[in-house]
Amino acid sequence: MNSEMAAFILRRLLSMVAVLFAVSVIVFLIFTVLPGGDPAVRMAGKIPTETQVEAIREEWGFDEPIYVQYATMMEKLFSGETISYFTQQNVVDEIAKGLPRTLSLAVGAALIWMAFAVALGLYSALRAGRLSDRLLTVLALIGISMPVFWLGALMSYYLGNKLGIFPATGYVEFGEDPFQWFWHLVMPWTALSVLFIGFYSRVLRSDVLETMGEDYVRTARAKGLSERRVLVKHVLRNSLIPIITLWGLDFGAVIGGGAILTESVFELQGVGQYAAESVGQLDLPPIMAVTMFGAFFIVVLNAVVDIAYAALDPRIRLEGKPAR
Amino acid sequence: MRARSPLLTVRDLSVSFKTEEGTVQAVDTVDFELGAGEVLAIVGESGSGKSVTAMSLMGLTRGHNATISGAAEFEGTELVGADGEELRKLRGNRMAMIFQDPMSSLDPVYRVADQIVEQIQAHREVGKAEARERAIELLDAVGIPDAAGRADAYPHEFSGGMRQRAMIAMALSLEPSLLIADEPTTALDVTVQAQIIELLRDLNRRRDLSILLITHDIGVVAEIADRVAVMYAGRIVEYGSLDEIFYDPQHPYTWGLLGSLTRIDRPRPKRLPQIPGMPPSLLAPPRGCHFRPRCEHEFDRCTEVPGLEPRLADAPGHCDRCWLEPARKRELRKVGENNQVGPA
Repeated sequence: MNSEMAAFILRRLLSMVAVLFAVSVIVFLIFTVLPGGDPAVRMAGKIPTETQVEAIREEWGFDEPIYVQYATMMEKLFSGETISYFTQQNVVDEIAKGLPRTLSLAVGAALIWMAFAVALGLYSALRAGRLSDRLLTVLALIGISMPVFWLGALMSYYLGNKLGIFPATGYVEFGEDPFQWFWHLVMPWTALSVLFIGFYSRVLRSDVLETMGEDYVRTARAKGLSERRVLVKHVLRNSLIPIITLWGLDFGAVIGGGAILTESVFELQGVGQYAAESVGQLDLPPIMAVTMFGAFFIVVLNAVVDIAYAALDPRIRLEGKPAR
Repeated sequence: MRARSPLLTVRDLSVSFKTEEGTVQAVDTVDFELGAGEVLAIVGESGSGKSVTAMSLMGLTRGHNATISGAAEFEGTELVGADGEELRKLRGNRMAMIFQDPMSSLDPVYRVADQIVEQIQAHREVGKAEARERAIELLDAVGIPDAAGRADAYPHEFSGGMRQRAMIAMALSLEPSLLIADEPTTALDVTVQAQIIELLRDLNRRRDLSILLITHDIGVVAEIADRVAVMYAGRIVEYGSLDEIFYDPQHPYTWGLLGSLTRIDRPRPKRLPQIPGMPPSLLAPPRGCHFRPRCEHEFDRCTEVPGLEPRLADAPGHCDRCWLEPARKRELRKVGENNQVGPA
């Protein structure tokens, strides 16, 4: 198991480097062909003269060949010296500032959506076909179909501005006031979770129904186990395998960009909102940095999911081949 | 045959399921007795109700839109009317069950020994270490080589035969008096089948374990059963000792069932004989005898349901559901005897 694990991690590290390289090249190339992407023109102000633009181009190295520009960009990125073209702020510092906000949002929402999805999905499966199950099906579909920016905006306006139950926007650091931190995040967590609760509860419902028909569940009953034990130890334990896999992937995706809309609606000033603003300004350094940051999380979470999958299902080996 | 006081007495057991197409009468007024230390085989085709009979005794068909009536007394407990908790305490403890497909009958995510430990701890207040020791003893007793070393394997690391042995070990973990074996060898290779049957026979003889064997394999029946119940379309059509059923079968369906065996002591027929037609739909079974539409010997009385009664003066334990006179049956049976039944 140990050498298997080491080989797996090494392989994953190599593929992570490859993915990050590919992502950075693609983003960089897209940017160079984008209309209005020339940073020198944009930095020079509203009515620039040709000499001003030339000067900026020379100063920032935009006149170098593309591969040199790319190399410089990557070098600066990894030494933490990249500076935004427009705000002149250090990009890595900005990401570091946004990271706790994004993580607070993502971790909280992931816990909430998993807890609700398991409860609702299990309940739905146990009541399959009855009125309560049908009602939950409709609710889940509504949740899946509702755009997060719309739901977020409605919540922020009605629960925040109008009724004043929750702060409409903003973020308070945990270290500063844990309760305010929590209170400010309730609405963002909810808005972000709704879609996932709807989707996950449907997946879990069908997994539970399928598992309940398995022979080993019949064996568990024949053994004289209590119904509760049959349900938790055998049905749920097996039904959770696919959903935990999804969970890891979606958690990575939320950190790596899935929370952009939620962060923007609620003004959380996280990494997602930073990404959104940078894209709006066609500001290459932060776009590069944020994309790499997102890709990094997605790749890492993918590897974590594979390890978790092998731990959850003993039939799966880490080489990726099922044992039998 | 060993005649002893019955361990399990089933009277008028009926099980029906409500489905979208209508009510399916899966088991229809089934009667049988199983003595302590005896092996009773229920034989029949797929869909004849033999598995549903067994599962209903365990309480495993409850819910599922099922209606269960009749009586089944096991060690002084009435099973049909028992509440869920009462049945749960018997299941896996006094009566245990093994299933057709050992590949899928063990939970893939738990180690084999842990699954046995779980069953022991569901019924007894014992520590994990003690239960584990017992699990290893059991695995050893059912013939798993290096049981201590294999105990922590996962089911997928076992072969089919080993998995069925593990299922048997699990079933025996609390020394039940009754083992219900639902097609225990069907999914296994022929050589492994023989080993499992040998193991079951050994357990029956040495531990005095009563076995209710559900099978469609007449060969398996011949090797292990003391008594046989032949089921067709939800009803037991013939019931008797192994010798009675094999050497003096009374019901035309039993003739057909035995006639469709290949026998190495007879000239090989060009084509394996088969019973013409299909079993009836249990949504709308034929009036009277269920075998009537496929029976060559049908006559006017067959639209009445024949009771499962002894019809032979010299064999009071041999019952069947056929209106034909016993003498007439013997005549008819001889006619079609070319490659059918009769003493080997």
